[in-house]
Amino acid sequence: MSGDVAPQLEHLLRQALAPVEPPDDLALRLERTLQSLSDLAAEELESWELRAMRDPRNWARPAAAVVVGGAAGAALVVLRARRHHPAAPARSGIGGARDVAERALRDVGTEARRVIRRG
Amino acid sequence: MTESKSKRQLDDEFSDLYRAHLRDVYSYAYYRVGNHHDAEDLTEQTFLQAYRHFERAQRESEGRPLRPWLIRIAHNLAANLYRDRSRKPSAPIDDTTTLAAVHTTEELVEGRDELARVLEGVTQLPDDRREALIMRFALGMDNREIARALGRSDGATKVLIHRAIRQLEGIIATEAEGTK
Repeated sequence: MSGDVAPQLEHLLRQALAPVEPPDDLALRLERTLQSLSDLAAEELESWELRAMRDPRNWARPAAAVVVGGAAGAALVVLRARRHHPAAPARSGIGGARDVAERALRDVGTEARRVIRRG
Repeated sequence: MTESKSKRQLDDEFSDLYRAHLRDVYSYAYYRVGNHHDAEDLTEQTFLQAYRHFERAQRESEGRPLRPWLIRIAHNLAANLYRDRSRKPSAPIDDTTTLAAVHTTEELVEGRDELARVLEGVTQLPDDRREALIMRFALGMDNREIARALGRSDGATKVLIHRAIRQLEGIIATEAEGTK
């Protein structure tokens, strides 16, 4: 360091780069997300097999599990899953909606399993 | 059930880690990316990735603090962010917002210009030097922690910080000359 300049600069750096408090809503959102991920039992997630996803009668159960986990957490996982299909073309009609729902649930299951899996 | 108890313990420990270091990760993210929007996203992604790999990180840390590991995750995610966007931050840190948010009125009246010059100088440093200064001065990390976060040796980190401060001195001096 050069003479007295560096200590003075270090003092200024401590002031200029003071820690920044995260916004309250970020802390709340993160805690809810982590809590919902934690709450989703691994056994439940393991049951989200693709073959089950093919039967529309099974869609309600995993979807309910996600909803119970917390809207914020579910939204975040869904958002992350959605990034895998950024250019998915918009489709209309019942068939298109079913495809989209099935794909979304599949992605949510994959993402959630990935997040919650330990080792 | 041993397995579920283990998971509960891990979750509790992760919760402690999260509470202890949320501000660190957010501060690092904010000074690294220069705006609150990206900093929030980076902080979220950092903790989600940390949660995914927490058990292994604990096992491999052999009792050492996990803050450098967390910051390393944020560091890698930030690098990916810029790689994806093929650019560095489009604007320097919002001096007005940051200074108003983290400093008292008295400090601002006394040294706002000086602090703004320092912040502006920091944004002009190369990435590795800027990051080292953020870790040292915003997070209060010591050389060993910074070395672990950046994947460098302790000696190389010491040199990196020394050179960062020297370069920052030069930038500020040049700016001061230019305004005379």
